[in-house]
Amino acid sequence: MSVPRFWRNLDSRYNLEGTHCTECGEYFYPPRKTCVNCRRLGQIEAYRFKGTGEIVTYTVIRTAAEGFEEQAPYSLAIIKLDEGPSLTAQVVGSPENVHIGMRVSSVFRKLGTDGDRGMIYYGTKFIPADA
Amino acid sequence: MTIGIVSYGAYVPRYRIKIEEIARLWGDDAEALKKGLMVYEKSVPDVDEDAATIAVEAARSAVARSKIDPSRIGAVYTGSESHPYAVKPTSTIVGQAIGATPVMTAADFEFACKAGTAAIQACMGLVSSGMIDLGLAIGADVSQGAPSDALEYTAAAGGVACIIGSKESEIAAIIEDTYSFTTDTPDFWRREGMPYPEHGGRFTGDPGYFKHVTNGARGLMEKIGTMPEDYDYAVFHQPNGKFPVRAAKMLGFSRAQIEPGLVVPKIGNTYSGSCLMGIAATLDQAKPGDRIFATAFGSGAGSDAFSITVTDKIEEIRNRAPTVSELIKDPIYIDYARYAKHKGKIRLA
Repeated sequence: MSVPRFWRNLDSRYNLEGTHCTECGEYFYPPRKTCVNCRRLGQIEAYRFKGTGEIVTYTVIRTAAEGFEEQAPYSLAIIKLDEGPSLTAQVVGSPENVHIGMRVSSVFRKLGTDGDRGMIYYGTKFIPADA
Repeated sequence: MTIGIVSYGAYVPRYRIKIEEIARLWGDDAEALKKGLMVYEKSVPDVDEDAATIAVEAARSAVARSKIDPSRIGAVYTGSESHPYAVKPTSTIVGQAIGATPVMTAADFEFACKAGTAAIQACMGLVSSGMIDLGLAIGADVSQGAPSDALEYTAAAGGVACIIGSKESEIAAIIEDTYSFTTDTPDFWRREGMPYPEHGGRFTGDPGYFKHVTNGARGLMEKIGTMPEDYDYAVFHQPNGKFPVRAAKMLGFSRAQIEPGLVVPKIGNTYSGSCLMGIAATLDQAKPGDRIFATAFGSGAGSDAFSITVTDKIEEIRNRAPTVSELIKDPIYIDYARYAKHKGKIRLA
């Protein structure tokens, strides 16, 4: 990942910063500047997601991409946040403990690094909510 | 002016390795080590945890416990000897991740195991001078011990964050005074770029830990005219289970006074988090009016002593975030191979 690309989305990655349309009540993550339902009538405000949700589906990565080798095997899940939007994120811990419908909550973790000299990328992952 | 702890938050990674497992690899006598160190297992970070992620989790817990508006925090100081970057502050990552940025000052501290309490003292100064409203001081580490070195049995991971303020209605524990005792002592160091620290053998015990802890503690009690029996609890830096017990005895504190804060047997030495973890565990169970005496020690070497009185506010905030005992229950035990992977000791091509 390039440094500017990471930096641009820093607050969304660190703090699940999204948006909320006060007109129709829909929540957006990643943040949208315009409401897809209300169009120009929508009233968009910044919203920080609570970080709780449920696993919709997941896969286990055993052959990891460059920069993620040390974390393999790990689970990558689509998580539906309680406010509505879904996102893709890692679920921390042994993949055998992950299941569809599992309640999860957000944690702050290292996402990856650019080798030994590059940046360390931090952001949000999820853990089982009862942990 | 009254200065004190408005809130606190702790974090301990879920993984543990037992002394037996490390001793198995190096052919050491586990029973003798456990008896000598009074440490039975130590915390291990996950593959994606470092001092910054631990600092953020502890800081978020502190913010949640007090329900303060993070934008009121005017200074973030993170003490660690395992900052993930050599140059780029851990404290800016923490500030951003708790929503305290951009109107705040920040810097990283390093003083072996007492960088977290040095950060508390800096926040006390800024708050009492009126320069800032609230200060966030953190001690967090994923400490390093070279394979087969004595330190490998105790070098653990964890962190504690304290929000320091001066509004009496918000203070959960008043810091009555602090006192430091510092000398240039070659008991422990790590050179730039080196993965593991070195320790100066005989300097570790009497010339390092005990000289600084006892002088710092006695100095504070003389300064404010208190005696060990004036306190309900005491916490001393816990590099192992033996040193704080001996320091307490030398100073005239009882085993009962230090017991609630003695967390090292189950999690190991969390370095910059060590003394603060003991203070957090004590605050988890202290009653309003209780007095806590605490002395942190950092190699190199120095000590920071604190005299603390718990207020009524503690009962209101205590249960809004996990207690230390909740954080350390239900660990996941791992073997040395997984420990080596988690600690980055295995280099992939």
